Amino acid sequence: MKYLDEYRNEALAQKVVSEIRRLVTKPWVLMEVCGGQTHTIVKYGIDHLIPPEVELVHGPGCPVCVTSLEMIDKAHAIARRPDVIFTSFGDMLRVPGSECDLLVLKSRGADIRVVYSPIDALKIARANPNKKVVFFAIGFETTAPGNAMAVWQAHQQGIKNFSVLVSHVLVPPAIASILQSPFNRVQGFLGPGHVCTVMGYREYEPIAERFRVPIVITGFEPLDILEGVLMTVRQLELGKWEVQNQYPRVVRREGNLIAQNLVNDVFEISDRKWRGVGSIPKSGYKLRYELRDHDAERIFEVEEIDTQEPTICISGLVLRGVKKPHDCPAFGKQCTPEHPLGATMVSAEGACAAYYAYGRHLQQPKQECGREEAVISYQ
Amino acid sequence: MCLAIPGKLIEISHDPHGVRMGKANFGGIVKQVCLEYTPEVKAGDYVLVHVGFALGKVDEEEAARTYRLLEEMNQLTELEVPDL
Ligand code: SF4
Repeated sequence: MKYLDEYRNEALAQKVVSEIRRLVTKPWVLMEVCGGQTHTIVKYGIDHLIPPEVELVHGPGCPVCVTSLEMIDKAHAIARRPDVIFTSFGDMLRVPGSECDLLVLKSRGADIRVVYSPIDALKIARANPNKKVVFFAIGFETTAPGNAMAVWQAHQQGIKNFSVLVSHVLVPPAIASILQSPFNRVQGFLGPGHVCTVMGYREYEPIAERFRVPIVITGFEPLDILEGVLMTVRQLELGKWEVQNQYPRVVRREGNLIAQNLVNDVFEISDRKWRGVGSIPKSGYKLRYELRDHDAERIFEVEEIDTQEPTICISGLVLRGVKKPHDCPAFGKQCTPEHPLGATMVSAEGACAAYYAYGRHLQQPKQECGREEAVISYQ
Repeated sequence: MCLAIPGKLIEISHDPHGVRMGKANFGGIVKQVCLEYTPEVKAGDYVLVHVGFALGKVDEEEAARTYRLLEEMNQLTELEVPDL
């Protein structure tokens, strides 16, 4: 498609930036919710390109980062078993648990396999009827349809040795929790474009109304982000708080109804603990009772595992937009992608890892002067 | 891992269990994609794919429209400059 690459057009990016500059009259704090957006922003230096009045803080939208320590420890307890083949997305292997990470368990002989899709985990279950195959079903609403389909097919096709360890999280309750915090600084949101591809954006409308914040559903290319910032700033300057869609080439208001239906058949809403943040009511999915034969927590009796977070890591504050990665004393020193102390350093979509990957540990935090010369670099 | 990427659908088929599948090309890399959530798509369409599932169609007209809107931005700004 001609337009796939065009959304990185540098000259056009400059036009959008000058339009933001023309509109802005006072300081605003915006949060991008999704880790993929954080990655684009840091990679292309978008936070340095926009006028200094507009500050971008990074949200909790990296599913790897927010998976709770309990869940990681439960995964370890299951993966250690000799009768289990434990399958997971690759990013989860290096997330530190209380004792070690999955990669270390693998080196000690646990059968842990990286899969690209939950359907691949199902294939492994079909091919290994004598083993119990467990898939670590993490993710936001974007990943839920895939995980739901794997469970549904296992149920329909009678694949009894397939189960899922579910740690699904939902975006709208996380946004509401950020807005309710007494430390909140966020005045507008770039909404998560791919989450909304599945869920639509109707559920964001009551949040915008209740907290009087504009929410602009935004895509992932540099131009998408810049237009999302422009649309949010325009609303803020006009005193509006609406849900707008910057990403109509993919997102529709009602979302993908077929996917929503299967997700609802397989999962139900539950409270969920977020790593570094704590428990947020009704902020996750768990497997429906009818599908309990595929629920790894129940099968392997790991429901009771409870843990404490290490104290040095401030990723909880980073995830809520209260602090930036370079505010952490461990950032780039004790904590690096090779030796992550916290989950936001593990996944490429985590704010700490994104800051590290693009050299933000080598430079001073952004200053108000001299930012006009910041250049956008397109690769 | 939350990122979905657009790919061009090159082939549609069904797996032995009757699940609607396809092959999508992501800039030269071809991968299997489950199409159960996108019954409307045909070969040649662009789909947004995440963990092996097509979640929606990428609308070329909307892509072009947004892009043109952005391109026109400066012209509109210039019109707003008051006449001397
Ligand atoms: S730099 Fe490391 S220790 Fe500090 S907040 Fe980020 S993940 Fe936690």
